[in-house]
Amino acid sequence: MQEPPPDLARPRIVPVGDAAVLVELGETVDPATNAAVLALDARLRALAWPGVVECVPTYRSLLVHFDPDALDGAELITRLAALDLGHAGPAPEGRLWTVPVAYGGEHGLDLEAVAARHGLTAAEVVALHTAPTYRVYMVGFIPGFTYLGGLDPRLATPRREDPRARTPAGTISIGGVQAGIASLEAPSGWHLLGRTPVRTFDPEREPPFLLEPGDRVRFRPIDPATFAELDRRAAAHDPLIEPEEPP
Amino acid sequence: MSGAALRVLRAGPAVTVQDAGRFGRQRLGVSPAGPMDPWAFALAARLAGGPEPASGLELGPGPLELEVLAERVRIGLAGAPRAVAVDGLPRPFWSALELARGQRLALGAAGRGVWSYLVVAGGLALPAVLGSLATHTLSGIGGLAGRALRAEDLLPLAAAEAAAGRPELALAEPPAEEPGPIRVILGPQEAWFTAEGIATFLGAEWRVSARSDRMGYRLEGPRIAHARSPNIVSDGIVFGSIQVPGMGQPIVLLADRQSTGGYPKIATVITADLGRLAQVPAGSALRFAAIDPAEARRARARARQRLEQACARLVPVAAAGRLEAGFLLSVNLVSGVTAGEPEPSRGSGGVGP
Repeated sequence: MQEPPPDLARPRIVPVGDAAVLVELGETVDPATNAAVLALDARLRALAWPGVVECVPTYRSLLVHFDPDALDGAELITRLAALDLGHAGPAPEGRLWTVPVAYGGEHGLDLEAVAARHGLTAAEVVALHTAPTYRVYMVGFIPGFTYLGGLDPRLATPRREDPRARTPAGTISIGGVQAGIASLEAPSGWHLLGRTPVRTFDPEREPPFLLEPGDRVRFRPIDPATFAELDRRAAAHDPLIEPEEPP
Repeated sequence: MSGAALRVLRAGPAVTVQDAGRFGRQRLGVSPAGPMDPWAFALAARLAGGPEPASGLELGPGPLELEVLAERVRIGLAGAPRAVAVDGLPRPFWSALELARGQRLALGAAGRGVWSYLVVAGGLALPAVLGSLATHTLSGIGGLAGRALRAEDLLPLAAAEAAAGRPELALAEPPAEEPGPIRVILGPQEAWFTAEGIATFLGAEWRVSARSDRMGYRLEGPRIAHARSPNIVSDGIVFGSIQVPGMGQPIVLLADRQSTGGYPKIATVITADLGRLAQVPAGSALRFAAIDPAEARRARARARQRLEQACARLVPVAAAGRLEAGFLLSVNLVSGVTAGEPEPSRGSGGVGP
């Protein structure tokens, strides 16, 4: 039953047990692959096939959960293969969010070390981190943890050799070519540049989630006093930020 | 609301409120949680007989004692069998029982298997979080404040009288169990392993580590050889995904699984066998066998059929003192066998019928 390594030029559609199917559109972290994943995700949502329970877009694949009592997995694979996945159309233009960040000091324990590693000043690291408009590639492993693509390559930094057992909710960090926003306290091997008072997940707030896969994100520096003020409001379930809808 | 409730008098360490699970937001990182043994939960819900969606308690291996603060409440019991007593008098497991105000229900430690279900007809009146009552302790949501139950907790009942007032019933015999290894479909990343690594996975006996919980079971055995880097670009996880990190020891991801992960997944447990796997206790061993999706579909149909057959053969509890004795005997006998039985994949309780 063993298959050869996947042919990276073509999508691979395979069963994941008997209640999910994986559509693998690549094996790398890059904007084109992720756009294809999000386009397929949007298309399947629009198609709303009976028996498809939910889809989980990640960097380079879409996991399609289905109800095995309502849908035959082999039939689902056939229908997915017929979609001409290579030409799924452009990914939907996500909403744009501006996220306030207190950089450095107690909020960004690794800012100085990252700067030193790359021969930059802390201010230059902040400038490079706030310059791009990032894309939310995926949200995962825990509720609301946001993985961003679009980090300036000059900031690419291998993960720490000694991961921290806990990093605070709201941590703004980088690891390899990825950037992230932590929703909850969690272990992390990434480098901590700063912290946002925004809770990307708050089950007692409506809406509980803010950022979704495909959305775009910019960062805006704030000072520690502003962080403290906004953090108090966020604790009272204020979302703090609103999206700009795509034109 | 009448203030009807169940009061926790004593709870083992892993008693949580669960319903079928929190679906629809895995794309935002939300774990479905829900029952470790979905088949046993479904049987308990059928026995309780209340309206959907069913909710109730999942018991870990330890005991539970409750006091009834309601005129009447009807419950369904299924999963890992254990001693049942109401005000000190033995009652059958795999049953639908009626409890009255002031009565005390005592459930013992699991005789074999791990997880048991007490589903309340009419459900628990707790606030749904993202559409579900299921407790996910890692993100602190669902159930009672997102945590396991402890003594003095009050569990408000949604409609205690709704399904009450009917005869107490029990399964005519313990649910049929599917013998043999835990069945998997290889992949989706089997290409990350050598042929030898896959042969090791399918050939070896695996012991469930003590470092196992609702999130996943760590398995101990020979090292599974990777063909390439034991890291992948993170992708989606399902109930039963078997990931193999660099040290070559598999981890089966279960009810409280993370939504995505970065280790290659050698295989996926089929839905028909999720309960059988979850019911293998720490320290016991199991084996895997690879099947194809068509066979997995037939296995699921048979599991459904067993559930229907069990529910079709119910007998009254009150009429049958001898039946109760028979039940206790069967539970004790099987648990006696399992204690020294090195192949728990054959002796795991609460498979879901």
